[in-house]
Amino acid sequence: MSAPASLSLTPERSPAVSATPVEEKRLEAPEIDASCRGPLLFVFTCGIAWLVIGLLLALISSIKLHAPGFLANCACLTLGRVRPAGINAVLYGFASQTGIGVLLWMMCRLGGTRIAFQNTLAIATALWNLGVAAGILGILGGGSTGFEWLEMPHYASSILFVSYTLTGFSTLSAFYFRREPSLYVSQWYLLTALFWFPWIYSAANLLLVVFPVRGVVQSIIDAWFTSNFLGLWLAPIGLGIIFYFIPKLSRRPLYSSTLAAFGFWTYAFFASWTGFAKLVGGPVPAWMASTGIVANVFLLVPLLSMVMNWHLTLRGTYPKARTDVTLRFLVFSAASFVVATLMNILLSLREVNAVTHLTYVEAAQVQLAVLGFVGMALLGSLYYIVPRLMQIEWPSARTVKIHFLCSAGGIGLIFVALTLGGLVQGFGINNPTAPFINVVKSTIPFVGLATLGQLVLLIGQVVLLWDFVLLLRRCAEPLRKSVVGLVLPGRLEREEARS
Amino acid sequence: MNSGPLLFLGIFATLASSFWGVVLVPQLQLGRQDQVTNPATFALYPQPRGGSAKQGAELYRSLGCVECHSQQVRGLGADVARGWGARKTVAQDYLGDYPVLLGSQRIGPDLANIGLRQTKASDLLRHLYNPQLVVPGSMMPPFRFLFETRKLNSDQKPSSEALEAGEPGYEVVPSAEANALADYLLSLHDDSPLYEAPVPRSAAEIANAGATNAVGTNVISTNTATTNPAPGAPAVTPPK
Repeated sequence: MSAPASLSLTPERSPAVSATPVEEKRLEAPEIDASCRGPLLFVFTCGIAWLVIGLLLALISSIKLHAPGFLANCACLTLGRVRPAGINAVLYGFASQTGIGVLLWMMCRLGGTRIAFQNTLAIATALWNLGVAAGILGILGGGSTGFEWLEMPHYASSILFVSYTLTGFSTLSAFYFRREPSLYVSQWYLLTALFWFPWIYSAANLLLVVFPVRGVVQSIIDAWFTSNFLGLWLAPIGLGIIFYFIPKLSRRPLYSSTLAAFGFWTYAFFASWTGFAKLVGGPVPAWMASTGIVANVFLLVPLLSMVMNWHLTLRGTYPKARTDVTLRFLVFSAASFVVATLMNILLSLREVNAVTHLTYVEAAQVQLAVLGFVGMALLGSLYYIVPRLMQIEWPSARTVKIHFLCSAGGIGLIFVALTLGGLVQGFGINNPTAPFINVVKSTIPFVGLATLGQLVLLIGQVVLLWDFVLLLRRCAEPLRKSVVGLVLPGRLEREEARS
Repeated sequence: MNSGPLLFLGIFATLASSFWGVVLVPQLQLGRQDQVTNPATFALYPQPRGGSAKQGAELYRSLGCVECHSQQVRGLGADVARGWGARKTVAQDYLGDYPVLLGSQRIGPDLANIGLRQTKASDLLRHLYNPQLVVPGSMMPPFRFLFETRKLNSDQKPSSEALEAGEPGYEVVPSAEANALADYLLSLHDDSPLYEAPVPRSAAEIANAGATNAVGTNVISTNTATTNPAPGAPAVTPPK
């Protein structure tokens, strides 16, 4: 590590300040955005569409939990298929895809360089969506592998892997050919994510699906995969976004980059070891569960350092979060990160785990981490990035507000309902005299509330999709005019005359 | 931390430690496990599943039963007291399973030992066809698409495999898939006593054993091996 003094404290320096003797000066922001325009709009459109699809499937599966007869007469719509299909659509279709898009944009902006390999990137995006679609249909058709978050059949996961390798050309060249030599905190996180995803994804698929290991090691590897998928693939993208936008939007330098470096290394190390904690009380040797719990508890260290850094940077500018859309999303996202991490630590402790493991409480925690933290960070950054790519503002401030309220309200409602319902469920299961059916019945009101939350959340995302389509149409208007003028001469005049 | 290669090396080392510790070491420890002899019956444990039950396992995976049902009796909590198993499950129990479906939710009850609680295939089939018929108020989805409903002629009797579930004038016949799924569920039992997971005996058994030999008075003892081990059988001693 070099001396902290040489680290950059702001996400992007203005070109004039840069004192480093580089041959090529960093590019201006509008030029970078213009280069990102085509490929990233493609990525974001597909990402938002998958979010809506995934949440629709999640709503269906939530309804099925208290209305078992709902859509039950078709094998492809049975609960056991719809639920993983929805989760995979959100994880791979929305979070990973939009995550790659935002990551690329941040890499280009931070490195002061144009996006490279645009055509490869477009092909990779098309392949990614093909892979996700094949995977979702595969799960609905009964091809699930049975491993949590790796349910997609092998043909779909290999398409995803090839697509990811192709995006690597763009992401790595945005890092390697950067024109700004000093690295900002976000780049550390993004590089970790970039590098770790192909490793965990290929290793888990090889060891579980292609050349499966025997016995309970499968469950250990799956636990390693899910905890790392969330903790070191999606979360670093979310953390990169938060570290990028907090100084930028509050117009203050990051409080301390030494603290950020400390938080980064401790986070990367401890978070990557937490997978074992999912097996507390399970059929594995005791040292594994203990190691997982220890790693989880040590996550308090990076968590504290990050929260201090964010808070001391933002101090006094919180009222701004009311007016700045992106900042509002990011404050919600950071708060979700803190709550989800604390909860993850708490739920791994043996005494708590005895009650909460395998209940809705854990589903609530994952939901908060995936949608409340990563999802909200991605959505917030879209509100900043998309208008700059299209050079148009969002259609109306009101729909943006509705989207935020529905997202935050829906996520909050699901979280509270599932946490309370899960506690009722956990204490019920731990009371050996209570018949199991009574435990199921006692959770129904909470599951009903969670369904309401899913509905509110879905409505919010439909509003976002609607806004996004309006933007795209307006953005494509000059193109449409030129095409129509070429193909149907005279029609434009008639349209104008009518209006 | 302005040097790309150094940063990369640091990240590589950090993450490699996780791969080594969480993936490779468990495989080294557990990957070479093999069948063991059940000290009570001298049969190998776990036994591989036969044809129909194996197909049923595929169906269990494909229908996503794991979304609501776990297959693990935990050492924590009230799993044993609830009757979900006589002992906690250990790595040995899962050797023959692919995929191993420990589960992440208990929206429905644990199924690690469902084959011991439900011993009649017809009951399981009725449960799959219409769970509310067997457990009033159940939130389990019905799997009617695994059954065939046939209209009966006025003088025709329902066939022998038909369920006691259909409306009058109709019979409900399980498909081969439904039968396979039921066979799989019947095959689920992690009850063999193991060195690392002994089966606690009931008070009556202990009293009986105590009359014949002194060692058997342990509340937690593996099995009957203390009475008269067959020649050549591995000696299994109860853990101290």
